[in-house]
Amino acid sequence: MRCTLSLLASVMILAAPATGLAQSPRYNVGTPLSQEEIKSFDFMIGPQGQQLPAGSGSAKEGAVIFAKRCEVCHGKNGESGVLRRLVLGKPGQPFRGPFKAEHRDSVAYYPYATIAWDYINRAMPVPKPGTLTPDEVYALTAFLLYRNGIIAETAVMDDKSLPKVEMPNRNGFIPEVPVYPPERKPSWW
Amino acid sequence: MDSKGSSRRRFLKHAGGTVAGVAAGAGVGTEWARGQSAKPEVQAKEAHLHEDGPAPRGIPSRRGVRMSVDHITYYTPYQDYTGIITPARLHFVQYHASHFPEIDAQEHRLTIHGLVDRPLSFSMDELKSLPSVSRVHFLECHANSSPLIHHQGNQNMGLPVQFIHGMSSCSEWTGVPLSVLLNECGLKKEASWLVSEGADPGKFSHTLPLAKALDDVFVAYGQNGEPLRVEQGYPIRLFVPGWEAPFSVKYLRHIKVTDQPYHAWNESMNHSIPREDLGGKARWYHFEMGPKSVITRPSAGLSIPRKGYVQITGLAWSGGGVISKVDVSTDGGKSWKEAKLQTPVHSKAHARFTFDWAWNGEEATLMSRCTDEKGEVQPTRAELYKNWGISEADMQKPARAIHTNMIQPWHVARDGSVHNAMYS
Repeated sequence: MRCTLSLLASVMILAAPATGLAQSPRYNVGTPLSQEEIKSFDFMIGPQGQQLPAGSGSAKEGAVIFAKRCEVCHGKNGESGVLRRLVLGKPGQPFRGPFKAEHRDSVAYYPYATIAWDYINRAMPVPKPGTLTPDEVYALTAFLLYRNGIIAETAVMDDKSLPKVEMPNRNGFIPEVPVYPPERKPSWW
Repeated sequence: MDSKGSSRRRFLKHAGGTVAGVAAGAGVGTEWARGQSAKPEVQAKEAHLHEDGPAPRGIPSRRGVRMSVDHITYYTPYQDYTGIITPARLHFVQYHASHFPEIDAQEHRLTIHGLVDRPLSFSMDELKSLPSVSRVHFLECHANSSPLIHHQGNQNMGLPVQFIHGMSSCSEWTGVPLSVLLNECGLKKEASWLVSEGADPGKFSHTLPLAKALDDVFVAYGQNGEPLRVEQGYPIRLFVPGWEAPFSVKYLRHIKVTDQPYHAWNESMNHSIPREDLGGKARWYHFEMGPKSVITRPSAGLSIPRKGYVQITGLAWSGGGVISKVDVSTDGGKSWKEAKLQTPVHSKAHARFTFDWAWNGEEATLMSRCTDEKGEVQPTRAELYKNWGISEADMQKPARAIHTNMIQPWHVARDGSVHNAMYS
């Protein structure tokens, strides 16, 4: 805290809010962050993927990494794992639904391919998440999209091509564009 | 090592289970330890605030633990506890990683960036120097009370209430309102959502609408008068009152202010269920938890010792606000009478209800049904299943579902034994 309590009190009175957050009192607490610092920790990837880092990978490269680091939990080609069955459908034959509860674990269920990239990047592989390079994450994402019949084996995934992948369950969510407050009330019902 | 050092080590050993290894390994005290007097006896005394000895808190296994490679789950032992406050160590945990993170609070920072005028980083000391709030709130996993858990193994296998409904807990949480922090950063006018990220191994992330963030959300560093436990997000977590627990991101490290929801894995995969009646489409972004109540005593696995007076007691809560009424039925829902509520009743918190009953030794079915301040009423199973689009033919099957808040029936047999009657 950079000011004494009495000084803070006077600041608060002077800066007393009329309405709204923008005019609420400020306490001048916190250290400014530079863009470089933010870049060093900002992993969050939005659905359109503008935040994706440079790098690339293909299904063939992904197959090698998957066998080494993922197969133990997710089974051969992601088809029969003890944890999460990542693959529905076959190469060239995407699963077209209807989706059921037990299909949620598959990459084919996600509305955007970027979600797969983001999740593999941040949370995989257990127990050492965060140890994959961007190239490896692109390759693994490509491999899973290929095994799900969504892209060709030769397709190269990078920050430009991945967001353009058409996911089979893209329109499988209601509401299509989440809004708040929710249109449906109560939202839990 | 001098006496001060060894005392520090003793303190760290006590400091909240797994955090001990953390702080000691880093060679730095917890932020809490640093503030203590150098006198060894004072540190030793303070350490007891975090000590989990065998008494008086009971047998550790009571809280019920389930673990797998990517899950750690604790269930709150509803059948055993009283009042409305869940002790920190009995609070439920549903954790999606293989191990809890080891965080040095002295080094930990919360950053806020994205669509703000001044991206900022806050230390723990800075967070604690800002205006604080303390509020009693429930926290509930959206998968709590899943219909599937009633059917693990044989029907009515006598699972105690803990394992059916024990992923909702209620504590007094202390922290700094998120609106205060966002105001320090200054919001850009296109800001409408934010994404929070934890410092756990899987960097758990979750979207939150900005309007809720500015309403009653806070960054919590205290639970029931003590620092957060490791399994509850030490040193800080987001706390989003009344909403699905995954919004309340633990080990909170980064908040990015955005102009759209990010549909993280949790939102798209884990918080939606495709439904046949919607052609395989799924609802997502449910936000609020609906009104729910459950009789905790007597409940499945317990028994009523004799005819005559029985105090029926349980918990009721709603993400919609204050519980205004709880009704109890002892005849399977044919007739209902209003239960007594322990006061004060907090908003978006567990409410304790009691109901005086005279058992005549005959078979009976006990139920509770709550109503919240918005007039929302806890649904029956038939009502909820109908809403989910489940056909009449499938009414007896347990659905894979989230946001399950249907009325829980317990059947009392003539010998006084109590059984789960959800699907019988």
